[in-house]
Amino acid sequence: MLFGDRAKYGMLVCGLSFCALLMSQQCSVFCGLLLWTTATLRNVRAPIWVADAKVEQVNEAVSLREVEVERVRSVPGVEWAVPLYWGILQARLPDGTFQGLQLTGLDSASLVGRPGRMREGRVEDLRLPNAVIVDQVALAKFAKRGVQLRVGSVFEINDKEARVVGICETDRSFLGQPYVFTTYARALEYAPRQRKQLSFVLVQPRREAAVAEVLQRISQLGGLRAVTEREFAWETLVWYFRNTGIPISFGTVVLLGVVVGIAIAGQTFYLFVYENLRFMAALKAMGARFRTLAGMVFLQALTVGFTGYGLGVGLAALFGRAVLEKGQPPFYMPWQVLVFTGVVILLICCLSALVGLVKIARAEPAMVFK
Amino acid sequence: MTTLSPGGVIGRGLVKSYGHGENRLYALKGVDFEARCGELTMIVGPSGCGKTTLLSVLCGTLRCEAGTVELFGQALENLSPGAVTAFRGRNVGFVFQQFNLIPTWTAVENVSVPLLLNGWTRSRAESAAAELLGRVGLAEKLRAYPAQLSGGQQQRVAIARGLVHAPRLLICDEPTAALDAASGQKVLELLRESACHPDRCVVVVTHDSRIFGFADRIAEMEDGQMKAFYGKGEYRG
Repeated sequence: MLFGDRAKYGMLVCGLSFCALLMSQQCSVFCGLLLWTTATLRNVRAPIWVADAKVEQVNEAVSLREVEVERVRSVPGVEWAVPLYWGILQARLPDGTFQGLQLTGLDSASLVGRPGRMREGRVEDLRLPNAVIVDQVALAKFAKRGVQLRVGSVFEINDKEARVVGICETDRSFLGQPYVFTTYARALEYAPRQRKQLSFVLVQPRREAAVAEVLQRISQLGGLRAVTEREFAWETLVWYFRNTGIPISFGTVVLLGVVVGIAIAGQTFYLFVYENLRFMAALKAMGARFRTLAGMVFLQALTVGFTGYGLGVGLAALFGRAVLEKGQPPFYMPWQVLVFTGVVILLICCLSALVGLVKIARAEPAMVFK
Repeated sequence: MTTLSPGGVIGRGLVKSYGHGENRLYALKGVDFEARCGELTMIVGPSGCGKTTLLSVLCGTLRCEAGTVELFGQALENLSPGAVTAFRGRNVGFVFQQFNLIPTWTAVENVSVPLLLNGWTRSRAESAAAELLGRVGLAEKLRAYPAQLSGGQQQRVAIARGLVHAPRLLICDEPTAALDAASGQKVLELLRESACHPDRCVVVVTHDSRIFGFADRIAEMEDGQMKAFYGKGEYRG
């Protein structure tokens, strides 16, 4: 019945597509944004992160004393422990302008935390004088200011020379600044002098050691807390949930999508049932049981739902494909977003069908004689 | 004088009212009715006399407050609402005043509905529907939508839908009201022909005096009561 009524069918599919598009696109941008908040964890990659006891998330580094590295190394169950510097500094370009960057200082002996994907150059070249490795974001940011970075290019960090020895690929971060990798010792030279400059201690537990026990022992040293990479990522996500307006602003748009979906689908479906009530009553009179009519209504509701869902999610995916090439805005569509959108669309369809079914249930088959 | 006999459609002491309290209006006030197999019975009377209510009660789409309805030996009061629906689906065909053909379905799809409701497969149902449409002169219009058919053609489709599952009772509510004289005549010929079956009753509610001549018996109602039954050619309404 519904598929023959092209106007209502089109209206329902458009409404549900819009709703699915809004939900899946906004949820994916939200997920992408949250993913950006934990980029440092994925770019550095260490099993255990040790930070100041009051640090709540990876993007806030409270400096530790250098001696903490030795204290952590002394903990039973620790295979190795290395220092990591992480801080936001300014790079000075040849034309005098500045560009913020996330300076990451790696242990020069082991180079633990090294970039995972190199486009050009070798990580080991970081041991050369004034050597830094920049990421693809740095290339783009510098290019916008008219500087084409390549291996061999030179710029300044805190009035000290930084020579590019490699170009890597990193996950983009929430803060937006490019990652610049160097050795720990050189990072301290670049960074403004402070009494304490160690940001994190990266730890590898022994194979035979229980990770939970190692974490506990490190935390018992006093003034430190140790968490696994996974825990740190979750803590970071939770921190952004609790301390920023991001979930509320995205949630509002998603809620708006749901309301629009319910309003359009519910109203159009109700109108469809209302206009066809006489035929439904005729079918009832001819011997159609309520469950048969309910099946018809649900089948039609679910068909428009699946069509709308497919179109909406497809459009969101196309949007994602387009923006991922540009790198902005963030976009990450995990299967949970697809399931969430599908469930909401399903609920909207079921709700719309139920509203119609109440009308059908109340319709007396005898009304066809009136 | 009313004489009740077994078989066919029998209603005894039927009472049905609408509204509550002071607004209660009795549409049927203890009506007795009979329609015999192999006959076309018409129910006539002025508007508001209870014809349509009687029709609804007889086919089980409306429950009466008192009295009994027996269709071919089966008392409807003894059946659950679901069983009444199933019984109606098997044994009752309908032809409505406004045809009630589903506008987004083709003629053959509309006609196959009663068969599908009785569990037939779509291909079998459409094949049987197409055959019956051919018999009512619409072989060329199988895939036409109701809006593409004239009023007379639509009512023929509706009759085919009413007959396709070979029901024992065919209920027709003002089947000629929306038709011109010629189309009405053709429709009644079809109904008359379908009544020529020893196991089938055709009950027609009508105002249309032009078609009274097709009836084997006429039941005249007035103010919720059965006024009289007339044999063929006796009614001069």
